[in-house]
Amino acid sequence: MRRSGADPAPILHPRVVFCNAVAPSVAVVLAQATTFTIDGLVPRRIAVEVDLRRGLPAFTIVGRGDAAVRESRERVHAALLNSGFSFPQRRITVNLAPAHLRKIGPGFDLATACGVLAASEQLALEQLERWAVFGELSLSGELRLCRGALAVAEGARAAGLEGLLVPRECAREAALVDGLRVAGAASLREVAAILGGAPVPTPPDLPAGGAVAGEGEDLDLADVCGHPGAIRAVTIAAAGGHNMLLSGPPGIGKTMLARRLPTVLPALNRDEAIEVTRIHSIAGAPSSGGLIERRPLRAPHHTISPPGLVGGGSLPAPGEASLAHRGVLFLDELSEFSRCALEALRQPLEDGQVTIVRGQRRVVFPTAFQLVASTNPCPCGFAGSERCRCTPGAIARHRGRLSGPLLDRIDLLVDMQRPEAGALQSNVGASSSEVHDAVREARERQSVRLSGSGVLTNARLSSRLLREHVRAESAAHATLRRAYAEGELSARGHERVLRVARTIADLDGCPRVCAHHVREALSLRQHDARPEPGLAA
Amino acid sequence: MSACDDCLRRTALVAALAPHVERARRQQRHLRELLALADDELLAAIGGERRVELQRAHSMFRASVARGHLERAGLHATCRHGDGYPSRLLHAADAPAVLHVAGDPQRLTALAHADAAAVAIVGARRASLQGLEVARGLGRGLAAAGVTVVSGMALGIDSAAHVGALEVGGPTLTVLAGGADVPYPSSKRSLYRALVGAQAAVSEMPPGMRPWRWAFPARNRTIAGLASLTIVVEATERSGSLITAEIAQQLGRAVGAVPGPVAAPRCAGTNALLRDGALVIRNAQDALDEALGIGVATALRGRCARELQSPLRALLHEVENGRDTVAALAGTPAEASGALSGLAELELLGFLRRGPGGRYTRLL
Repeated sequence: MRRSGADPAPILHPRVVFCNAVAPSVAVVLAQATTFTIDGLVPRRIAVEVDLRRGLPAFTIVGRGDAAVRESRERVHAALLNSGFSFPQRRITVNLAPAHLRKIGPGFDLATACGVLAASEQLALEQLERWAVFGELSLSGELRLCRGALAVAEGARAAGLEGLLVPRECAREAALVDGLRVAGAASLREVAAILGGAPVPTPPDLPAGGAVAGEGEDLDLADVCGHPGAIRAVTIAAAGGHNMLLSGPPGIGKTMLARRLPTVLPALNRDEAIEVTRIHSIAGAPSSGGLIERRPLRAPHHTISPPGLVGGGSLPAPGEASLAHRGVLFLDELSEFSRCALEALRQPLEDGQVTIVRGQRRVVFPTAFQLVASTNPCPCGFAGSERCRCTPGAIARHRGRLSGPLLDRIDLLVDMQRPEAGALQSNVGASSSEVHDAVREARERQSVRLSGSGVLTNARLSSRLLREHVRAESAAHATLRRAYAEGELSARGHERVLRVARTIADLDGCPRVCAHHVREALSLRQHDARPEPGLAA
Repeated sequence: MSACDDCLRRTALVAALAPHVERARRQQRHLRELLALADDELLAAIGGERRVELQRAHSMFRASVARGHLERAGLHATCRHGDGYPSRLLHAADAPAVLHVAGDPQRLTALAHADAAAVAIVGARRASLQGLEVARGLGRGLAAAGVTVVSGMALGIDSAAHVGALEVGGPTLTVLAGGADVPYPSSKRSLYRALVGAQAAVSEMPPGMRPWRWAFPARNRTIAGLASLTIVVEATERSGSLITAEIAQQLGRAVGAVPGPVAAPRCAGTNALLRDGALVIRNAQDALDEALGIGVATALRGRCARELQSPLRALLHEVENGRDTVAALAGTPAEASGALSGLAELELLGFLRRGPGGRYTRLL
């Protein structure tokens, strides 16, 4: 493929450039492989240019790579030799373009290796030109699982490439992208064979229902005994996508209940599932599970830092709020979280996305999660019962830690009490599948009503949409007015109650909001500050 | 309504001696005996090393300056030699020389008549929800009948009694341990504003004075002295409210207590009072019968369950019988939905109140 300088034949391959102007006797070889890096959550096309020239043998990688990219030289060197290829004894310069982007991770190994092989004529260039390659190499030439295969596949499709070569473990995930040939390879040898024209192996089939393996599969709402009111509230929260605060003494099942919320939420549709899978593939634990169809539940510990919660870092990475995108973010012991972390949640809660700015980089992460928080009603947790030993001041301080804009975004407050002794044995709770069906129907009604308004659930109704889309009977309005006049409701609380009442009516299959829907919503409201100088200490 | 120079001088002396009184109390001196002493006796008793200095300041006291302070703080004042001083306090040797009033001075001058009805409601700062409701109900019932509700604006029972009186717009008087212009506790600022706006706050301390420890039992003697009947709603065995009851008893006033469960520590003090012969106060009617005479006034009735439809009435009955949470009222999520709706209705109708922890209490 290399052409000598004097040969007048046309250059057959545009990637192989002949530079006779400088030094007619020295051929300069340039090969290029295409791969992708992840910038925030967005795939960016990277051209891996390989240049071989005579001189003292050396191997340099330029183009703002991190430590993993620099170390890539050793992996590529060993992998090439151990796969039975020869390593060109030349001056090898690898450039990762565009140069301004920071490149992180070991995903460039395969592209670098392919580029070197192509430049040294050990690999045909035709295929390499039309395919993207992505993956980490082991010293023996095996391909390793790499994060972000789905995003890379989306990038490859968007770039109009014909196919994508990934490690075999990632193939299932990358194959989720339609309109792109995805080949999974186990080793560099296989990669070379495929690029050399060998038949592309069919990607492994997705298992039926392809759920992410592991947690949450055997949970069921029926496990929760003695909390009929709380289960009702969870149903409402799931149906309307409302944020929820569970309040109650320690050890009564707040966490247990919250962890079961995803089991009653409607499954992700394909677009949402791909969105979630992409985020988890980039930022979550590496897995080869394929499409994530179950809504994720993230339960970070209360010592989490603000960047850990909403995303950040010098190279911005998504936080727990983004990993909970389209799912549930569960904050156990809300009052123990640092004020900074909770304040940082305001924008994500408000807009469903968060913008991280670091230096000159600006990254947007999606954060459309449903918030479920739990808290003790007072420091000892037994407020309202004889067991409580907290001073009024301590209770006021405890409440004060939760006050403010975060509570403004929480539609449902569920007070949970220790269940009666008998209720623990009886099993009359609703099973997840029953509740799931009711929730699905309620969501369908919402999407029909709200079609074209840009929101999907009642929880996201703005004041304007609330006025436009929520029709209530006069008795319902009267009930609301009465609650407002009695000082039971603030203006914001008024809207929250109406949103929740709309969801309850949706669960009922009722086109208009009735008085009893409003009343039930009132019982699940937060304790608003009363205008009267309160009894509450 | 005004205070004489001597009484203003006395007030200034007590304020200047406040740290000395604190020290003397730690040395087991009897507070009310101290406060009953004449000016020079008091100086001699607790003046200590600063006696001469304080004596000089005392003799050089200028009433016009004190009146200027009062005016700037927007307070009125009355002394035991002036008109408008509560008649019930006149005969006590340790009664405050001057009473400063923030808000409507009419509330205090109304007590100048010997037969003006006033009832003190005191109790625990850490009270149960039921206790708070009882105090509020008493405040409402008494104030609605025109009886002045006297209390101390402390957290818990005291504040609840004031709130009850404010709800019906009836007379209520709060006696503060610091200056009448100093809301204490500060978390009750909004209650203070409401009280001063429509009713009155009084104190024997000069304006701007922070409350000393000893000022609280001293305040209690004023509360007990102002009222013909002192009702303790909830008190543990060592509660400060029992001091008020004891003083009331020493002054020969009636003492009442609201009975509570015998096993509950929060009611041990009140139950002990009842054991010692205090009046049993179950509701505002009992208090009115004692304060005004049997049958003179009828207490405002709480909402009557008879006007309710039967499912709501049954629900209210359940709550009254201690099934006061959704979990206790409902077995299944569907039942919970009905219970939540019904409880909200009862709350809106004024039968119930949702308290901390999601427990519902019957309003009186």
